[in-house]
Amino acid sequence: MQISAVVLQLLVAGIGTGSIYALIALGFNVVFKSTGAMNFAQGEWVVMGGMISAALFASASSVGLACLLAVILVAIFGLLSERLVIWPLRRPTALMITLVSIGLAICTRSFVMLTLGKKPVGYPGFSGEATVSLGGATFQAQTLWVVGLTLAFLVVMHFFFERTMLGKALRAAAADREAAAIVGVKVETTILISFGIAAFAGALAGAIITPLTLASYDQGAMFGFKGFSAAMLGGIGSLPGAVVGGLVLGLLEVFGSFYISSDFKDAIAFAILLLILFVRPSGLLGRPDIVKV
Amino acid sequence: MVSASPVSGTHVAPSAARESLRMQPRSRFATWRSSDHVRLVLIWLVLLAVPFAAPNAYVVSLANLALINLILIASLNLLMGFGGQISLGQAGFFGLGAYASGILNVKWGVGAWLGLPAAALIAGAAAFVIGVPTLRLRGHYLSMATLGWNAILVVFFNQFVSLTGGPNGLLGVKPFAFFGIALDTEPRAFPVVWLASLLVMLTILNLLHSRIGRALRAVATNELGADAIGINSFGIKLLCFTLSAAMAGIAGSLYVHVNQYASPDTFGISVSILLIVMVALGGSGTYWGPCLGALIYTAVPQLLLNYEDAELMLFGLGMLVVLIVFPGGLAGVPDALRRRFAPGWSR
Repeated sequence: MQISAVVLQLLVAGIGTGSIYALIALGFNVVFKSTGAMNFAQGEWVVMGGMISAALFASASSVGLACLLAVILVAIFGLLSERLVIWPLRRPTALMITLVSIGLAICTRSFVMLTLGKKPVGYPGFSGEATVSLGGATFQAQTLWVVGLTLAFLVVMHFFFERTMLGKALRAAAADREAAAIVGVKVETTILISFGIAAFAGALAGAIITPLTLASYDQGAMFGFKGFSAAMLGGIGSLPGAVVGGLVLGLLEVFGSFYISSDFKDAIAFAILLLILFVRPSGLLGRPDIVKV
Repeated sequence: MVSASPVSGTHVAPSAARESLRMQPRSRFATWRSSDHVRLVLIWLVLLAVPFAAPNAYVVSLANLALINLILIASLNLLMGFGGQISLGQAGFFGLGAYASGILNVKWGVGAWLGLPAAALIAGAAAFVIGVPTLRLRGHYLSMATLGWNAILVVFFNQFVSLTGGPNGLLGVKPFAFFGIALDTEPRAFPVVWLASLLVMLTILNLLHSRIGRALRAVATNELGADAIGINSFGIKLLCFTLSAAMAGIAGSLYVHVNQYASPDTFGISVSILLIVMVALGGSGTYWGPCLGALIYTAVPQLLLNYEDAELMLFGLGMLVVLIVFPGGLAGVPDALRRRFAPGWSR
């Protein structure tokens, strides 16, 4: 293969992986914006999306339908989780929500394990096992689906936050809880909605990546950390930041593992991430916090 | 903690105020301090009976593990509960201490007694390097940096096979030795772990009652306010983070020499996160909370062993229930109950 073909191949793979990280980071950021908490359950929803899709595909005929249903089910699960464990908190501080989300993550993981089993599962891609050739590089058609669906979801999210009443209410509550409450935004409902969106984004990531990587109940933590890293790389709480952070992290991993060492790919990605954080603490697109005294 | 002080209690009935005056010791700080010291020493004296009272070596091994976990959780509590800084890398420093001490021993024949301070030094130095760029800023930066740091460490523990033994773990670590006697069984190793945990708990107690401890709490409450009254917030946070990591390094060295083995799984990010949860379950920012946290962390997995697959679910549910019902952690339960059932008798 020519150098350019190799680079293209890596580029596509990196963007594919990066899209998944971007989706997880987006879910992460939505919850962070509305609660100030790090949601450790985010990665578990990714796995749940993949596992439920596989379970539904066994009885349904269409992959797409199975995935769609699974994503909706996980979003409902996310809403229920918020009502069951976040809502009853008497003092919902950011730290408390973070801690509770760890418990939620453990429960979600074991729920998936108990109901859907311990074996890794998979299913064919949306275009079967088709491959695409481009400029000497060959990749699976599912990678294009991953990139395309991520892009579509991001456009919908952008529209939701910029144009709809609910999206604006969410942003208002994230910017200033009290002020939003005064103008009639139900702040508690915005937390509920943000959990729903986060679970949806996570499950979508899981449903579209499973044909490429298989899904297993114990991968959630890894997905969560990668998404968290992408979020902080881009600038925590920033939605465009999630996309940039996800793509940069995905590309770093793929190029790092090809040109330097695949054994150390995580270490390379995290080392560069730390360097970026030291130079630009608020992330690539984040704005530094200015505290007025 | 102490009876109402006469200064703030002027609105109290005169007799009560006199009462509190009469009860007032020379310095209220001095009694609190000494009573915690006395309690600590008494508890540890009782613990000394464990190797004799325990029915078998397995129970002693659990006691060793609990005390090592206590060092980890108490040092994290110093940083998180009292300093208000969240580290997602405590297990990483634990692992760094374990591998540093273990590798020094296996590859270069350095004894366990030298490995212990070396582990503390290496873990502390690593924390210092991470702390300098991240602790200048307020916010989540420390948690992000420590998360990345822990992830990098786990990769190194797994991949530097020639040095660390890779995923199979580091084998052949020599135990502590005392005048030529190898402390190679759990009951024999117990005194070492016992003494180390006592010293760590004493250090934390003394630190909290020192000028540094008060400054630390001021920084945790209001960093700008602390800066305004002349506290070097950055310096205090850095010292606290470095100390906390060094203590985790000590725990790591104890772990590797007692078990004579270390495996990368023991030091992952999930462990770091669980340690944070244990601080919160015990009672974040309370001196005795970590003891409860360490008990839970050590005992609950053993109790749940019989439930196999349901273990994880029961653990998670229990954690959620405690966090939702007792947000202050288990150490705050007696106070919470007292407030609820005898509102007049609050201390």
